[in-house]
Amino acid sequence: MKLIIATIKPFKLEAVHEALTSAGATGMMVTEIKGYGAQSGHTEIYRGAEYAVNFVPKVRIELVVADALAETIISTIEATAKTGKIGDGKIFVLNVEEAVRVRTGETGADAI
Amino acid sequence: MNSLIKTSGLGLIATTLPVATFAQDVSAAVPSEVSYILTTILFLIGGFLVFFMACGFAMLEAGLVRSKNVTMQLTKNMGLFGLACIFYYLVGFNLMYPGDAWVVPNLLGSFSPTVLEAVGLSAADADLSYATVGSDFFFQLMFCAATASIVSGAVAERIKLWPFLIFTVILTALIYPIQASWKWGGGFLDQAGFLDFAGSTVVHSVGGWAALAGALILGARIGKYKDGKVIPMVASNLPLATLGTFILWLGWFGFNGGSQLAMGSVGDVADISRIFVNTNAAAAAGAIAAMILTQVIYKKPDLTMILNGALAGLVSITAEPLTPSIGAASIIGAIGGAIVVFGVPFLDRLKIDDVVGAIPVHLFCGIWGTIAVVFTNDEASLGTQLYSIMVVGIFTFVLSGIVWYILKHTMGIRVTEEEEVTGLDQTELGMEAYHIQA
Repeated sequence: MKLIIATIKPFKLEAVHEALTSAGATGMMVTEIKGYGAQSGHTEIYRGAEYAVNFVPKVRIELVVADALAETIISTIEATAKTGKIGDGKIFVLNVEEAVRVRTGETGADAI
Repeated sequence: MNSLIKTSGLGLIATTLPVATFAQDVSAAVPSEVSYILTTILFLIGGFLVFFMACGFAMLEAGLVRSKNVTMQLTKNMGLFGLACIFYYLVGFNLMYPGDAWVVPNLLGSFSPTVLEAVGLSAADADLSYATVGSDFFFQLMFCAATASIVSGAVAERIKLWPFLIFTVILTALIYPIQASWKWGGGFLDQAGFLDFAGSTVVHSVGGWAALAGALILGARIGKYKDGKVIPMVASNLPLATLGTFILWLGWFGFNGGSQLAMGSVGDVADISRIFVNTNAAAAAGAIAAMILTQVIYKKPDLTMILNGALAGLVSITAEPLTPSIGAASIIGAIGGAIVVFGVPFLDRLKIDDVVGAIPVHLFCGIWGTIAVVFTNDEASLGTQLYSIMVVGIFTFVLSGIVWYILKHTMGIRVTEEEEVTGLDQTELGMEAYHIQA
């Protein structure tokens, strides 16, 4: 099993959600976050005074999927969230040791 | 023309406006009792419109402060309005309109509470040339309260509640009525030929001067100016600020229109109509000027500046909303909008922290509007306008400064650093405006 963590532009959430559902993802966790990477924030002006916006709003998606599905999910996120401009986000992939479905006690890939 | 010296006002209309001259002939045909009733209605309607400006100020300020200080800002607005009502009744009204009862002729009016007419006044006992005392008092009271409202926005987010309210008492009982008597009570500025129709100077710049003195003595909010840079403290609720601005805009029709002080003739209603149109045009032009300028200078329109721009247009047209054409009123308003766009960062460069832009809007544009009278009204003299701006300015700024200074060194006017950072809602009131419940 793999845990896929993707940070994407907030306006891409709906498109990514739909594409992942079509690609076979059965669930995901979504969090509104702020942060920066290569984009490293930008400046805004309020009443004539310039100020730095260091932390840019992003959406973090987390999915746990079976190993076989991981490549599809990653490429789907990459293709859907991409605008080609700075700030498109990143995808991280981690190994997952175990998963348990609380209702039934199923474990491993069956619990996803 | 917000003055008891109405004859000079009528003379002005007769000499400058052919339409109004015709109207004066017609007015002779209106029974004086009817004219008395109509003017009273004008004051009552104008009065409740200006009353609503208190709501406008409260919403504007609640929207422009940070969310941790919203309850306090609303509390101050309720407090200052209530106190203005009490002290304008106890002292202000007769100090401002002493009639023949000046303590010092043309300089200092009389100290006495307001007394209304008898219940069920008969026409024989009424001064049919004007309006009821009750309606006049009600209308003028609202102007006094508006002056106090101007101050609260500038000193927001760091001033203690009670010292602020004590200042409001001094402002509404003494400072405002005394200087207003010089013009609208028929005092020495009126006799010098000073023209201020509805109060660009008498109301708005007075509020602005008092706010400037307060902001200077109080100092900037913690963290506002750091390492030579201005750190923005972003508004908490722009829908409220926008609602407040539109409410003020609405109230201004009563503010300027009611200041015609007469509705008993064709000439008067024609003039009131002109005033409504010009007031509206100036506000619209001020908003658009600010929108275009912020787009050009900062590459994005700044809504808070657009709101200030509309109010700047309104303040600018207030000294003379009658004589300009719609085009001239629009230009006067647009210049007001521009003054605000440059005035806000100008104050920041001087490290004068004015939370809602009250000083650029009410002081800078109040001065501009008072000067602008000379462009459309042949009766006005630039020298007299400038002289009056300075007299009122020095009086208000010095006296306000003394009061703020005394308050600072007796009870203290500023909350502690911890209270300011945590927010006045929690620390001074224990009540938050936007309570998040799990």
